[in-house]
Amino acid sequence: MLQILGYADRLVAAPGETIRFMVSVAGSRPYRAEIVRIIHGDANPAGPGLKLRPVETAVTGSYQGREQHADAGSFMRVPDHPKLRPDGAFTVLAMAWPTTPALERQALIGQWQASTASGWALEILQGELALRLGDGRQSQLIRTGKAMGARRWYLLAASIDPAAGLVSLVQRPLQHYPHIDDSASLTATLDLAPATPPTDLLLAGQALPDSRIEQHYNGKLDSPVLFDRALALEELDAAFLRPMPEALRRSLIAAWDFGQAIPSTRVVDLGPHGLDAQLVNLPARAMKGWNWDGGAMRWTDRPEHYGAIHFHDDDLHDCGWQADFALTLPADLPSGAYAAHVWLEDGAAAEDYITFFVRPPRGPAGKQGRPKAAFLVPTASYLAYANDHSHLDAEGAEMLMGRLLVYQPTDLYLQEHRELGLALYDTHSDGSGVCYSAAQRPILNLRPKYASWLGAHGSGLWQFNADTHLFDWLDHEGIEVDFITDEDLEAEGVSLLEPYRVILTGTHPEYHSKRMSDAMLAWLGQGGRLMYLGANGWYWRIAWHQSLPGVIEVRRAEDGIRTWAAEPGEYFHSFSGEFGGLWRRNGRPPNVVVGLGFSAQGFDLSSYYRRQPGSHDPRVGFIFEGVDDEIIGDFGLVGGGAAGLELDRADQALGTPPNLLVLASSENHTDLILVVSEEVNVMTPDLTGSQSPLVRADLAFFETPAGGAVFSVGSIAWCGSLSHNGYANNVARITGNVLRRFLAPEPFTG
Amino acid sequence: MSYQIDPRRDRELVDEFRQRPIGQHSPNLQRVLNTLRGGPLKGKYVLVCTKPFAEWVLARHPGERGQPIELLPDQRFTSLEEAEWAVFRLRWLAHTGEELN
Ligand SMILES: [Fe+2]
Repeated sequence: MLQILGYADRLVAAPGETIRFMVSVAGSRPYRAEIVRIIHGDANPAGPGLKLRPVETAVTGSYQGREQHADAGSFMRVPDHPKLRPDGAFTVLAMAWPTTPALERQALIGQWQASTASGWALEILQGELALRLGDGRQSQLIRTGKAMGARRWYLLAASIDPAAGLVSLVQRPLQHYPHIDDSASLTATLDLAPATPPTDLLLAGQALPDSRIEQHYNGKLDSPVLFDRALALEELDAAFLRPMPEALRRSLIAAWDFGQAIPSTRVVDLGPHGLDAQLVNLPARAMKGWNWDGGAMRWTDRPEHYGAIHFHDDDLHDCGWQADFALTLPADLPSGAYAAHVWLEDGAAAEDYITFFVRPPRGPAGKQGRPKAAFLVPTASYLAYANDHSHLDAEGAEMLMGRLLVYQPTDLYLQEHRELGLALYDTHSDGSGVCYSAAQRPILNLRPKYASWLGAHGSGLWQFNADTHLFDWLDHEGIEVDFITDEDLEAEGVSLLEPYRVILTGTHPEYHSKRMSDAMLAWLGQGGRLMYLGANGWYWRIAWHQSLPGVIEVRRAEDGIRTWAAEPGEYFHSFSGEFGGLWRRNGRPPNVVVGLGFSAQGFDLSSYYRRQPGSHDPRVGFIFEGVDDEIIGDFGLVGGGAAGLELDRADQALGTPPNLLVLASSENHTDLILVVSEEVNVMTPDLTGSQSPLVRADLAFFETPAGGAVFSVGSIAWCGSLSHNGYANNVARITGNVLRRFLAPEPFTG
Repeated sequence: MSYQIDPRRDRELVDEFRQRPIGQHSPNLQRVLNTLRGGPLKGKYVLVCTKPFAEWVLARHPGERGQPIELLPDQRFTSLEEAEWAVFRLRWLAHTGEELN
């Protein structure tokens, strides 16, 4: 198992800035650290092999390791406040939509201190609403005796009345079904006078003595509210009216409104004491509330109908570990991909690579004397796939791959250590989709050497490590490029791209916000030259968190290849209010940006391209200089060919520019390469590689009006062929021909 | 419903798989493979890479999050194709009661 692992406090930094590295070592053993530049992360002996070049920095040295742990599970915290500790009567209410009600014990809301048996806590115990009370010596537990169902709304309430010596519980489904016995209302004798300790009030979790949070709740909560008296049964409904009736307002301690401040981690209290709360570990916001009636599909239209937060026991934002060492990036450190390599000193063969990217200096200094080409690091797409569990959790993964799933040691660790958080492809433990991903955690598939279950027979690389095939080729060719990232593009817009004549993409730049997409289109409009060296790009629309760095959101709305589907009415990003889903469904298909759009996918073997008439057009003579072959890329480390995994094709009906030339098209794909779902409105039995004309990658070129151009390969596997035959092959030749011409100042004539 | 393997009719597909475990298959073999590769996660055969690009060990999925993957260290392979054939035989036996060799 992994004995050492870590993360950096950010994925990208500029010279002069400082990156902190957090490391955890099982058994707190000593370890060594060193910075390496990542040139080639593919250990496949059929290729050029690993190229990780040590860089001498102040980091080099020995360190005393320590064990650090991630504490997954989202919850809400209200700092302790005297008004939160009524010493007499009180009532607590909330609407709840539990997704795993049958679990042993889930905390809904309370101020409970287990070590002293004091306070109060509303919980769900094996489906039953329960109230736990303690006076510092002993505790009392009252439960309804009726099990709630999953994914149904319930009004839940508990009140105590010490003067009358009574405690009441209400568990009322908002929808009744004949023969379903899930409703309860009971009153019992209060055995003790609860004494609330001075602890924070928590929602969806309880604090352990060591301050970890446990007893997480899966499901939605809506409108939690506290009153300083025991409400009568007939008053309960009115507690959810907004504005709240005056008779209730007078008794109000706090009423948290999840429909406000939705893009943030703040929760607003409508009550008299301003007991605003903080959300921890990014539970899902902009969720349909108990009162959602279909009148609004967009939360910004009727936020009062989106008063629910969906909590999950496996949500994670920032591990919050102690930093072990820091690196202030030297001014002369070349822009590129790097990692802090950490390994145990006792010869245990345990190591980790904490990957980060060095961008050009910020401000004017970063715009002068730079290379004319830049690699746009798809950090949003890396985050989308961060700690992907699909191969561990999805029943259909092997059938999709058409080959046995291969697990790496890190995968075995992920299977057992769910606390490292999920990818945007995963579902939570309750089956709901994961819509947020954050950078502040060990990301076990964002590192050199990692071979993915997903990346086709052969090297088996996906995303970051697959992109190192391109880094390696650039290094071999001696072509210097700047590394700029998605998050820089989000922050700086087109000005980030303006210093460059050429932008190269990675193998799978799939996730883009509107700002990122706008910036790319603006730069192309100024004459930029884009080399799209992958496929399934500009596919999902995302939103970046407005204040937390390195946090993205996706809503898998409506259409497309989806490992989960957003619930109807929850298609709009909580971070931005924008409609989510495919860019194609947002009126901006990838064809508009790169000339091609997603057409087919499959993960067994790759194939080759055959030249098309467009390749003989004099406009593209430069691309085929020195290439006489009809067949392009019938070799490679990724599935044995340059056309594979995910394939894009040209289609003017979807926005492909009419002047685009198809230079080559792939063919002879296996029947496990299938047409993508957004292409299929009516199912027909010919949607596979040997039968469908849509199962192909197009190699394409077009000029833009301002003298720029776009070259698109439409295949994730392309870069895996660059190193074949000592880098002397038609894929490398074509890529080099394009890059050299794109770097030349002469405009492309329209 | 999912396809039920008929060992008499489908026996002729076994050789095709053995020749080429990964890659294009006839529609009839693909149908058999879909059945063999389908089914629940619990107990599903997977491979664990023990030496990068050199050695793999057979393992079974526990079917539950958080539970360890069960390694079967007696079943060690030096190529993925060899592993595919071994798992094909195990699954064929489970579906049909027939041993393949
Ligand atoms: Fe993807």
